[in-house]
Amino acid sequence: MSSGQNPNIVTMEKGFDLIDAAVIKLKRILEGKPEPDFVPGEYIGNYTTVYNMCIQKPPHDWSQQLYEKYGSIFKDYATHTVLPSIMEKHDEYMLRELSRRWDINKIMVRWLSRFFFYLDRYFTVRRSFPSLTQVGMTSFRDHVYNNVHFNVKQVIIALIHKEREGQQIDRALLKNVLDIFVENGIGSMKRYEDDFEDFFLQESASYYSRRSSRWIQEDSCPEVAHYLHSDTEPKLVDIMQTHLLVLVAKQLLEKENSGCSALLRDDKTDDLSRMYRLYHAIPKGLEPVAEAFRLHVTAEGNALIKQAEDAATSGSVEEQVLVRKIIDLHDKYMVYVMDCFQNHTLFHKALKEAFEVFCNKKVAGSSSAELLATFCDNLFRKAGNDKSNDDSTIEATIDSVVKLLDYISDKDLFAEFYRKKQARRLLFGKFNDDHERSILTKLKGQFGGQFTSKMEGMVTDMQLAKDHQTGFEEYINGKPKVVDFTVTVLTTGFWPSYKTSDLNLPVEMVNCIESFKAYYAIKTNHRRLMWIYSLGTCNLNGRFDSKPIELIVSTYQAAVLCAFNNTERLTYQELLEQVNLNHEDLVRVLHSLSCAKYKFLNKQPASKTISKTDSFEFNSKFTDKMRRIKVPLPPVDDRKKVVEDVDKDRRYAIDASLVRIMKSRKVLPHQQLVSECVEQLSRMFKPDIKMIKKRIEDLITRDYLERDTENPNTFKYVA
Amino acid sequence: MPRTASKTTRKRSKPYTVTSSDTDHVPSASSKTKKSSKENDEKYKLFNKYANTSSGVIDPEGIEKLCSKLKVSHTDIKILMLAWKMKSERQGYFTKAEWRRALKALKVDTTKKLKKALPELEKEVRKPLNFADFYAYAFRYCLTDERQNCIDIETICQLLDMVLGSTFRDQVDHFVDYLKIQNDYKVSTMDQWMGFYRFCNEISFPDMTNYSLELAWPLILDNFFEWMREKQA
Repeated sequence: MSSGQNPNIVTMEKGFDLIDAAVIKLKRILEGKPEPDFVPGEYIGNYTTVYNMCIQKPPHDWSQQLYEKYGSIFKDYATHTVLPSIMEKHDEYMLRELSRRWDINKIMVRWLSRFFFYLDRYFTVRRSFPSLTQVGMTSFRDHVYNNVHFNVKQVIIALIHKEREGQQIDRALLKNVLDIFVENGIGSMKRYEDDFEDFFLQESASYYSRRSSRWIQEDSCPEVAHYLHSDTEPKLVDIMQTHLLVLVAKQLLEKENSGCSALLRDDKTDDLSRMYRLYHAIPKGLEPVAEAFRLHVTAEGNALIKQAEDAATSGSVEEQVLVRKIIDLHDKYMVYVMDCFQNHTLFHKALKEAFEVFCNKKVAGSSSAELLATFCDNLFRKAGNDKSNDDSTIEATIDSVVKLLDYISDKDLFAEFYRKKQARRLLFGKFNDDHERSILTKLKGQFGGQFTSKMEGMVTDMQLAKDHQTGFEEYINGKPKVVDFTVTVLTTGFWPSYKTSDLNLPVEMVNCIESFKAYYAIKTNHRRLMWIYSLGTCNLNGRFDSKPIELIVSTYQAAVLCAFNNTERLTYQELLEQVNLNHEDLVRVLHSLSCAKYKFLNKQPASKTISKTDSFEFNSKFTDKMRRIKVPLPPVDDRKKVVEDVDKDRRYAIDASLVRIMKSRKVLPHQQLVSECVEQLSRMFKPDIKMIKKRIEDLITRDYLERDTENPNTFKYVA
Repeated sequence: MPRTASKTTRKRSKPYTVTSSDTDHVPSASSKTKKSSKENDEKYKLFNKYANTSSGVIDPEGIEKLCSKLKVSHTDIKILMLAWKMKSERQGYFTKAEWRRALKALKVDTTKKLKKALPELEKEVRKPLNFADFYAYAFRYCLTDERQNCIDIETICQLLDMVLGSTFRDQVDHFVDYLKIQNDYKVSTMDQWMGFYRFCNEISFPDMTNYSLELAWPLILDNFFEWMREKQA
């Protein structure tokens, strides 16, 4: 048909009227006003209207106009109805209205897009326009959401704050509203993040900063709100932990009354356990706690050391007291590590580092190695006397000693002091074989066989000596009588080195020596006996005027005293020649016999010190209420010699280590050589870097090593 | 340690870097030989002027004589350089072969010519490649004994002054001050000697900002560094 209007053509005006009517009806339904639902006929009618308007031939195809009409329906509704209705409300009411309007919009989009469906079939697709649903949703976003989200966010945050303060809020409502934020991102989380989450996290951060310390004390770890989008949760937890615990951690830990240090100080083990659990949840959260623990233990240890220093009168440290206290400290805090801190490696490490600091301090000139050795010595000496110190207590103490030794870096120094003292114990007095062996077994287990081999050898020697003594006594049974004589044969390598002297013995003693020599030559092959008179003891009968007294003296002292068997009076010089001791030893001996507690000899002049012009006389007038007197010869101060010996051994050890390393590596830079050397030797001692450097230079001079010509910081092994 | 005994008797020969003394001419044609033998005569005549007739070498007296003719002090570095040029093995003595070597390399045969050649010689020795070799040589030259491998501190101070004084005045002055007051070392080894040289070349002075105790500097230099720092504080 060419001219004239077809009465069946739907004009734009007519079509729009029909649509408007449908829209009005729909709005009424959605807003809850009394309105009957759409019947299928109406539904189909609306759809058909649109359909016809689209398929009509131009100039009557109204697709474009319909599309625009569709958009403007939403826009008008949003601008004139929806937005105002939300804006006029406040607080929760605003949120409710928004939520309601959002739901309405969704339904409206659904219905209208069904009415206008045919547009989506061809028009929007062909023109690559947004679909009807998209239009409906973006319309809401552009005209409603964009205008309200700021205020809405304020309300939401205020509500969350309310909840944090302990009040009840409508969580479901919050969830709905936050979903709106998410969905208005239309495929991305950006709206949610920018319009809500960022503000929320910021606000939370400042909130937690303000509230953190109070909460730690109350041990309330706030639950993460479940109405937030799941993405927010980890971010929130992170903020919480950062502000709540980590940033404030340092202050928290140091805080006077409730910080970690205070808890440790006041032994609040329960609180500490709680603190541990709290911080355990944060990555790296335990590090400051372990640090506080370490500092605390170090401070306590240092205090013990200082106490001991102050108490040390005349340079002698009460090591029994100090070591006991350190052992107790260790036991106490080990319990902490295992209980409060759940055996966590960080805390084991902290404890170790703390002990390593103060266990290596010198106390009034004595190294910790020496103090520990002295402690052991006294422990074993007194063991026999002190009934309260039964075997199990001793064993427990030995265990503690071995643990403490682990913290001391100069282990070789301890070994040397221990060895010297052990020698005195074994040779001069009663010793408990079980105790001696027990500690050596434990030390061996911890530090290796090489550490204890010499000491074990010494203990074994004592056992063998007993056997030899029995054999010797059998041997001399038939022979001409000699004075009762006991010999202890020591294996040279095991025992500390002792000076020999060409002491002139009284003839009786010479006979003893000779007879033992003969016995020993029979029993063994090609062994040379070296006689150490400085270690011997002698029982003499002192025939004093009033009564005879038995004197227990050292061999040196005996030699000097016996010199008076043949002469009444001897000068220093005469004694020197007769006895053949060196000056130092003779002075010491004479002092002990004439100027000390028991004056067996009269000295002229009667001064307090021995001089080379003195002369001596047997003091026949001497007497004492005791029948037996033990005269101690004060031992020479060993400390310097021990330190010297250990230093010498260390030089050899360093040399050996350096050569070993270079032999296997062939070429090595200086720093690596030094650090490997330190590591190799760390089991026994902490080598001084300067000493290592000196040994390296010595090895260069002796042609074991050379510097690389290209790089003087690298060394090469010289085959 | 048994190894020590065998090690010290072994004489290590440090590899020589390139020296001009190595570049002796190799006589090829017979005519050349004839010419060189004539030259040798001249050198021997000169040698005999200074040599001790009974020992057959130039001894310290002869060197004194030579020095006065050359108008240099016998402690002048140029004599040491001459010794280096001739690869002299024994301090205070020049053998015939050594003498010939030097004069041939310097292309001189009279005292006058030798005197003129000395500044040139100095320039040559001061070239970096040569100087390192010369420096090491100076130490070995002072060793009087085959088994000896270190020099007393007093001599080291003099040697430092002679060898490095002109180029590293500041460092040498401070080294010498320190060496005189320290007690750790009574003698100095080759390694320490070379250390001084490296120090002068590598470390900015007197700030010493690029020195590090962590590196493999000889301990004596570490101590020197700490001593300097204390003074500067």
